Amino acid sequence: MSTASVANHDAAHDHHDHEHHDNFVTKYIFSQDHKMIAKQYLVTGMFWALIGGFLSILFRLQLGFPDMDMSFLRPILGGWIDETGKLDPTFYLALVTMHGTIMVFFVLTAGLSGTFSNFLIPLQIGARDMASGFMNMLSYWLFFLSGVIMFISLFLKTGPAAGGWVVYPPLSALEQAIPGSGLGMTLWLVAMTLFIASSLMGGINYITTVINLRTKGMSFSKLPLTIWAFFLTAVIGLLSFPVLFAAALLLVFDRSFGTSFYLSDIYIGGEALPNTGGSPVLYQHLFWFLGHPEVYIVLLPALGITSEVISTNSRKPIFGYKAMIISLLGITVLSFVVWAHHMFVSGMNPFLGSIFMFLTLIIAIPSAVKVFNYLTTLWRGNLIFTPAMLFSIGLVSFFISGGLTGIFLGNSAIDIQLHDTYFVVAHFHLVMGAASFFGMVAGVYHWFPKMFGRMMDAKLGYIHFWLSFVGVYLVFFPMHYIGIAGFPRRYYSWTSFEFANMYTDLNMFVSVAAIITFAAQFIFLFNFFYSMYKGRKATLNPWRSNTLEWSTPLVPGHGNWPGEIPTVYRWPYDYSKPGAEEDFIMQTVPLSATPESNLPHEQEMVKLELEIMKEEEDVMASNATSH
Amino acid sequence: MYGFLIGVGVLLIFSIIWMVYRIQTLVSVVKGSDKKIASGSNKINAILFVVFLIGSTILLFWYSIKEFDNYDLPVASEHGVVTDSLFWWTMAITGIVFLITHVLLFIFPYKYQYSETRKASFYPHNNKLEVIWTAVPGVVLAGLVISGWMAWSDITAPAPENAHIVEIMGSQFQWDIRYAGKDNVLGDFDYRMITATNAHGVDFTDKNSIDDFPSPVVVIPKGEPVLFKIRARDVLHSVFAPHMRLKMDAVPGMPTRFWFVPTKTTAEMRIETGNPDFNYEIACTEICGRGHFSMRKVIEVVEPEAYQKWYAEQKSFIQMNPALAAGTSSETKEVAEIQITEK
Repeated sequence: MSTASVANHDAAHDHHDHEHHDNFVTKYIFSQDHKMIAKQYLVTGMFWALIGGFLSILFRLQLGFPDMDMSFLRPILGGWIDETGKLDPTFYLALVTMHGTIMVFFVLTAGLSGTFSNFLIPLQIGARDMASGFMNMLSYWLFFLSGVIMFISLFLKTGPAAGGWVVYPPLSALEQAIPGSGLGMTLWLVAMTLFIASSLMGGINYITTVINLRTKGMSFSKLPLTIWAFFLTAVIGLLSFPVLFAAALLLVFDRSFGTSFYLSDIYIGGEALPNTGGSPVLYQHLFWFLGHPEVYIVLLPALGITSEVISTNSRKPIFGYKAMIISLLGITVLSFVVWAHHMFVSGMNPFLGSIFMFLTLIIAIPSAVKVFNYLTTLWRGNLIFTPAMLFSIGLVSFFISGGLTGIFLGNSAIDIQLHDTYFVVAHFHLVMGAASFFGMVAGVYHWFPKMFGRMMDAKLGYIHFWLSFVGVYLVFFPMHYIGIAGFPRRYYSWTSFEFANMYTDLNMFVSVAAIITFAAQFIFLFNFFYSMYKGRKATLNPWRSNTLEWSTPLVPGHGNWPGEIPTVYRWPYDYSKPGAEEDFIMQTVPLSATPESNLPHEQEMVKLELEIMKEEEDVMASNATSH
Repeated sequence: MYGFLIGVGVLLIFSIIWMVYRIQTLVSVVKGSDKKIASGSNKINAILFVVFLIGSTILLFWYSIKEFDNYDLPVASEHGVVTDSLFWWTMAITGIVFLITHVLLFIFPYKYQYSETRKASFYPHNNKLEVIWTAVPGVVLAGLVISGWMAWSDITAPAPENAHIVEIMGSQFQWDIRYAGKDNVLGDFDYRMITATNAHGVDFTDKNSIDDFPSPVVVIPKGEPVLFKIRARDVLHSVFAPHMRLKMDAVPGMPTRFWFVPTKTTAEMRIETGNPDFNYEIACTEICGRGHFSMRKVIEVVEPEAYQKWYAEQKSFIQMNPALAAGTSSETKEVAEIQITEK
């Protein structure tokens, strides 16, 4: 597909020439083209989302139907289902752990950032490709390798890692404590190390590309909010992932080389271990130094995508473009100084708890500003409900619901009761899980035409949205009640306790809702793969959007634009500008071409713009003669 | 046979869905609605948002009110009353924000759905508005933070001198309780001294440990400060007493603490809840392995007099197992022997 569009222009640009020598392997497997790498990330992310979702269905079966005979799962789970058809409690913990790890890292970090940062950064800033195509390819393949290792760990006889996705030592350090802390945990650590390397390579690339490869006129104040979000996400990742690496490395030392970074005073399996002087709380600090920014690593790209989709489909500029950027910057900085709110009752100094409570509640302010700005963008818009728009509105709803419960949990006094209950589960699944997932899906619906030159079916998209949106609320909203009632997380069953020996009906309801929501995702999968080959042919700019990617050919080839990269003259949100004939003006349209719609200060800039354009023409002309 | 039938059924459902899908695609092509900017579905989606808003609001209020007594656990500690009131204040404030923002979020799609005759307002920013909605949440949050911080400081302040000390030690998968005995001072411990008969690893060469005694349940007096000294023997655990609004991790190598004042005896709570079998419980809330979900311990809150009586009646570790005193210095041995002969 791409060769056809490039063939017409091969004379214009030397660096397009190698396009013609692409074979299957370099085009689809070891591709260095950011668009192909993005698609690789997307498909891999979807694969992992299915696995992660399936694991959650397994443990929801246990929680919703504790008396169920699960023998029918034996073909998949083998020995983890005992003779009486019950799920093994240790494997239950492994399911919870792997669900978390897979969803947070493989789906919402790699699947989201990996897909859309790769796909959109060069296309929206006007670059031929990423700063380093090779490193980009390496980033994907390290992620792939990491996935292979994590996948293998699912099938170990002793099971995969089972200490919760946070893998707190000593549980994760001692094989005697839980079988999953043996080989399963080793593979978890190896996989995560590769994943961190992959993230860093990706992040370095995104940052370099955004800083250095913007096209002419694309100043930071004209960047789409998507790019701002991807850029800051990469910055957060670059600064926080190495700390997780350090945490993991010290854990490896404790596990394998007899050090005592996290271990102290432990008597287990009938013997006293020699380790003294270590601190499990140290691990928690290191882990959450990544773990909390990680929340924003998965959330910011989704918010960026939403900003773009909501503005386009409201036919209105995003309200408070600068406030949105400042909020993003504020969140970026603050995300590094709130980590210990995960540790209010970990035994750390209570004074530290006070400090982190203050800092945590400050981060609610930029988040609130973002919500108000989204609402104002919708206000007096001319709203078109594409599937992407629906999912973006859904995201805003989840962001509000989950964000508000964060105000409870960020308050250390209230957190005493709520910590590690289902209230927390409800909170983060809405605010970072479902919200980011919806952002990702919105992105797929919105940029599918640019990825594959075809449209996804809108009606199936609507059905997918309503089932998912209602489904997510039915799954996670009831968890608030269960949480307020004090039900602890990561419990195989609650019948051992009088205070928690209730709500079996509600848990059953949640499980059924989860199964339906999971099933609804297959509508999306069908729509995705069917439309890739059989979907309606897209037009060049199907959403009548302003950003640069819609100025490329239908399916852009290697290098993205045949001929010159377009110059950018205006911000990306000139929708429904008074005086303009159409309700959108692309970034590539010079101000001098739209005197009817220019605002007074833009009229001033026209003179400057004309001067620059003239200068450039002179340069071009002199270049042409010197050749 | 069933498997086959289910298979056929699923196949049928899929083929029906498939046909409906193809037909609607063809119809939309024939009608040319796929060429329009916003088809009839736009209106349906807009209406669905309003339907969702109304439906979910009704469901929310109906269920929240109906189930209130189920999810609102009765509170039985002094600080718990404070944190509960903070919780419900936060609920009220965030609840209002939740409702207002959602009404706007779902009404706007209906009100401003696409129309070819209308143009959206070009409204890129308004500094005044933005300052307002940065400042207002700031002030409200400051209020919440300060009240939370004051409560937190009180809760985490050092325990009063006269607090009754209870040691709770988590291990896979149980809680072990140790009381300080008559001197109200717990004896030293060392994890290397743990044996089958000395699960706590109590150092019996320490004089303070001689009168220490174990208990199968946590017995505490009503209305008097109680200090939980919390530790773990193997991996992380977390002491969670839901009715006391109490939670603190048990960390191997780093003893932690939590003090509180229980306000209702178990007997009083049995009357309040109308459940004659009611018990205060401790659960584990830090993942600790296979039996994480079953680390139960009962707390019995009694009147102070009953507590004193019970306390005096308990047998110390050494009284129960004199062999533990073996190997201690002659001086402590003497004290221990006196104790043993006393009863």
